[in-house]
Amino acid sequence: MRLHLLALLAKEPAHGYELKQALEQTFGSAYPSPNIGQVYVTLGRLEKDGLVRAVDVEQSNRPNKKVYYLTAKGRDHLTTWVDEPTEGPRVRDEFFMKLVLAPLTGIADRMALINRQRRHYLSLMSDLNDLLNRTSPSDRVAMLLIEGAMLHLQADLDWLERCQEDLA
Amino acid sequence: MSAVLKTVNLVKIYQDGAIPVPAVRGVDLQVEPGEFVAIMGPSGSGKSTLVHMLGGLDARTSGEIWLDGKRVDTLSESAWALLRRKKVGFVFQFFNLVANMTVGDNVELPALLAGVSPKVARERRESLLGALDLTDRADAAPAQLSGGEQQRVALARALANQPSLLLADEPTGNLDSRNTRDVLRLLGKVHKEGQSIVMVTHDARVAALADRVVSLFDGEVVDDGRIARRRRGTAGEVIDLR
Repeated sequence: MRLHLLALLAKEPAHGYELKQALEQTFGSAYPSPNIGQVYVTLGRLEKDGLVRAVDVEQSNRPNKKVYYLTAKGRDHLTTWVDEPTEGPRVRDEFFMKLVLAPLTGIADRMALINRQRRHYLSLMSDLNDLLNRTSPSDRVAMLLIEGAMLHLQADLDWLERCQEDLA
Repeated sequence: MSAVLKTVNLVKIYQDGAIPVPAVRGVDLQVEPGEFVAIMGPSGSGKSTLVHMLGGLDARTSGEIWLDGKRVDTLSESAWALLRRKKVGFVFQFFNLVANMTVGDNVELPALLAGVSPKVARERRESLLGALDLTDRADAAPAQLSGGEQQRVALARALANQPSLLLADEPTGNLDSRNTRDVLRLLGKVHKEGQSIVMVTHDARVAALADRVVSLFDGEVVDDGRIARRRRGTAGEVIDLR
């Protein structure tokens, strides 16, 4: 959650609870609602690393609240993250390892592995179909996330077919 | 309840000059009423040949095909055609609509051919066009529609006579994602209402609607099992964002 919080703080200084709310608003249902304790723990670590700093703001009748802001180091860190290309998914696929190594183990035959994996992917796809039906089209970040997951799964299934043609 | 479809050791061998080319090699398949079966497999695995035989569009080399408890592979071509009007709906990747009839008439025709009363055929036409969001295209000619719209019409037509079995061969093969979604929605709906479906598809979204997936490889069934449905929750809970 470190970089998410840095990105939100790049917009404006905020206290912990505001950050939690901002995360929920930005992602809609695409991101599980963060636990406030986790937000504070992460902020503490970011402060220790010098990426954010906190100032105490006095409040009448209540304990001071800490407002966090981004440091120059924090901004550099964030910029580096945003600017660098992101690692593609599935660079090291565990299923691929199983498929290649299965004959050595003498346990599973490749056709059985492929068939089981196909059913598993279709079951995941079926969950995504349900999810798409239950998600409001106005929740655009979530819709895009679901569509992305579906496209990845389709690619995985196509690739499974290639494995079957070549290896089984 | 008896199976809506059953095949016994179904075989298709094409003759390429002097060389016999086996396309389907002994398929035993049973589909229960209301079941939705997806058929998957690499190209050349025999999927299309299989559904074409099931619909009587391609003659089997040996084996048996039973539809609604009646053996059909031994029927004459004309008897097959007659039975097909009543019992089988077919959707292909290319829609094969009747070019000089309106969209609405294309959808209504199969029910009329099957001997349904004009009133019922009309009602069915209206409800299918509505479900596919095509009501205002009813008077258009097929050529005036986009590919996606034409495929929705083809699906409506296949369902018009409430067939015992809907056979489909890559019905979304040509569609963009929005049109695929409309077709998916209709398939899901008719399946829920009890329509039996056997569908060849590469599209995982479509296959995932099925109750069961049958995988073909080299003309044989290498896997046949149910698709589990498991996780509930929001996008953020179902999809891992790291």
